[in-house]
Amino acid sequence: MDKKVIKGVFADGDMLKEAVQELNEKGITIRNVYSPFPIHGIDKLLGIKPTRLSIAAFIYGATGTSMALLMMWFMMVSDWPMNIGGKPNFTLLQNLPAFIPITFEITVLFAAHGMVITFLLVSKILPGATAYVSHPRVTDDKLVIEVEMNQSDSHEQAAQIMKLHGAEEVLA
Amino acid sequence: MQHEASIREPLILGNKSYHQATEDICRPVEGKANKYWWAAFIISVCTMLWGMGAIAYTIGTGIGTWGLNKTVGWAWDITNFVWWIGIGHAGTLISAILLLFRQKWRLSINRSAEAMTIFAVMCAGLFPIIHMGRPWLGYWVLPLPNQFGSLWVNFNSPLLWDVFAISTYFSVSLVFWYLGLIPDLATIRDRANGLRKKIYSILSFGWKGSAKDWSRYEEVSLILAGLSTPLVLSVHTIVSMDFATSLVPGWHTTIFPPYFVAGAIFSGFAMVLTLMLIARKVLNLEDYITVQHVELMNKIIILTGSIVGIAYITEFFMAWYSQVKYEQYAFINRAFGPYFWAYWAMMTCNVITPQLFWFKKIRTSLTATFIISIFVNIGMWFERFVIIVTSLHRDYLPSSWTMYSPTWVEIGIYLGTIGLFFTLFLLFARVFPVIALSELKTILKPTSAPKKEHHG
Repeated sequence: MDKKVIKGVFADGDMLKEAVQELNEKGITIRNVYSPFPIHGIDKLLGIKPTRLSIAAFIYGATGTSMALLMMWFMMVSDWPMNIGGKPNFTLLQNLPAFIPITFEITVLFAAHGMVITFLLVSKILPGATAYVSHPRVTDDKLVIEVEMNQSDSHEQAAQIMKLHGAEEVLA
Repeated sequence: MQHEASIREPLILGNKSYHQATEDICRPVEGKANKYWWAAFIISVCTMLWGMGAIAYTIGTGIGTWGLNKTVGWAWDITNFVWWIGIGHAGTLISAILLLFRQKWRLSINRSAEAMTIFAVMCAGLFPIIHMGRPWLGYWVLPLPNQFGSLWVNFNSPLLWDVFAISTYFSVSLVFWYLGLIPDLATIRDRANGLRKKIYSILSFGWKGSAKDWSRYEEVSLILAGLSTPLVLSVHTIVSMDFATSLVPGWHTTIFPPYFVAGAIFSGFAMVLTLMLIARKVLNLEDYITVQHVELMNKIIILTGSIVGIAYITEFFMAWYSQVKYEQYAFINRAFGPYFWAYWAMMTCNVITPQLFWFKKIRTSLTATFIISIFVNIGMWFERFVIIVTSLHRDYLPSSWTMYSPTWVEIGIYLGTIGLFFTLFLLFARVFPVIALSELKTILKPTSAPKKEHHG
């Protein structure tokens, strides 16, 4: 490891954001920010691209819709058509009204579970995963900026910026 | 950034700092249970065991142990099923619909309301399975080619729609609830030692709370809320179609879906209030679940209660207006027939009592709210009983007219599910944080930075 990490511990999201802004202006690399709750507007400052999970959800949902229709077409129309209560099952189009509820349910089922599973996998949030705990109280009331710099660089400047914007402590 | 009027009352009292909130909400999980908890737990477990005995007797002997007969083939089981499913709806409404409407007051109650949803749907799901008579063949409801010939399930049947709706609803609610729990379980993990830390490490899936995680997490919550909103409406719509698509007078009405959905939310909020009013006292959460929360929930009760009331009257009007003799008789029989007491119990509890909430004194009084919430719970149970039994017991063929009354077995199973529900809820209150802690912190103002004017 030729990089060292400096942590600035904050108690407030707005102060942290100001610190992030100034660190950005000074060209200091921010490795990550950890917090016990979402800090709104931090994504833009850190250059985090908007997540594409909603697009994934749409694709999963569309898959669900087609799977549901395919399944019901196969079972009720193709494989074993039956005349139930004087309502024959001969084409998908004729039966579509009765198929809508299940089509909807399966769409939601696929979209919701597909999206959540994708989220857990890409974020590596899984049972048995070991947590990286940046600060003992980072899930309680402390917000942490982790600044990354070369071993040789002095961390004075980064520490000073963070202190100026209200960091409670700076851990080198 | 969000503007907030300074005259707006704070949602959380006592000027809590982030750390204080963590302490207050983790306390019931980390501390020892008090004697109220144990008393409630023992009563609930005993009731649950009684219900399990009744279920065992039903399965061992057969559905003949119930009070059903040739005319009334569905009664308490389906009444309880619809009642429990309805109760579950409030949890999703609070966590999903109020999230889409950006109602911040949901944050104090969404976690426990969602837990309530999950436990209520579990109780509901028991009834159709028991009523199958041979529950070990329950998998026949799934679209599997069975060994008796390649006969598939009937996708034109609302009962099958129910299977898909309820299983989707249950699994999606469970995921939504657990996803919300992950950051809070991480909070408990980081405060714990030893075995407790190991357990909560596994439960919290290695949550670290980085900016990227939060950004994805918020997107996922929003999309899940967007998916759950039509889902919850579809579930009770489909439940109502179990009745509405039949030809039984009193069931065959197009008003059922909206009427059932409103009724579900109405009864669900009543149950949330019943639970929350006890929980805030027992778990010392008076600063988090305030009179303001209770008042807001009571306003939703007025709205949905009034929709339900109008639906009752509309049904009567339509029976007269349609000029269909059978439909007219079904409604006259409901109000003035042998089950008139059930009908008027329903009307009193559901239409009259919630109107008392128009008075600010009553809707901000915790005692009055508790009593009225119990009334609504009872009234909504009677609503389902009235719809189901009074419509069935006298239909087209007067020679089959009969009466229905439950046996101790049916009563036992019903009480058993109430026991199960409270057992699960009490365990939940000891194992998981009952308030969505990480989300709640977004509406707290940290003591170190009281600079409200700074927000753009």
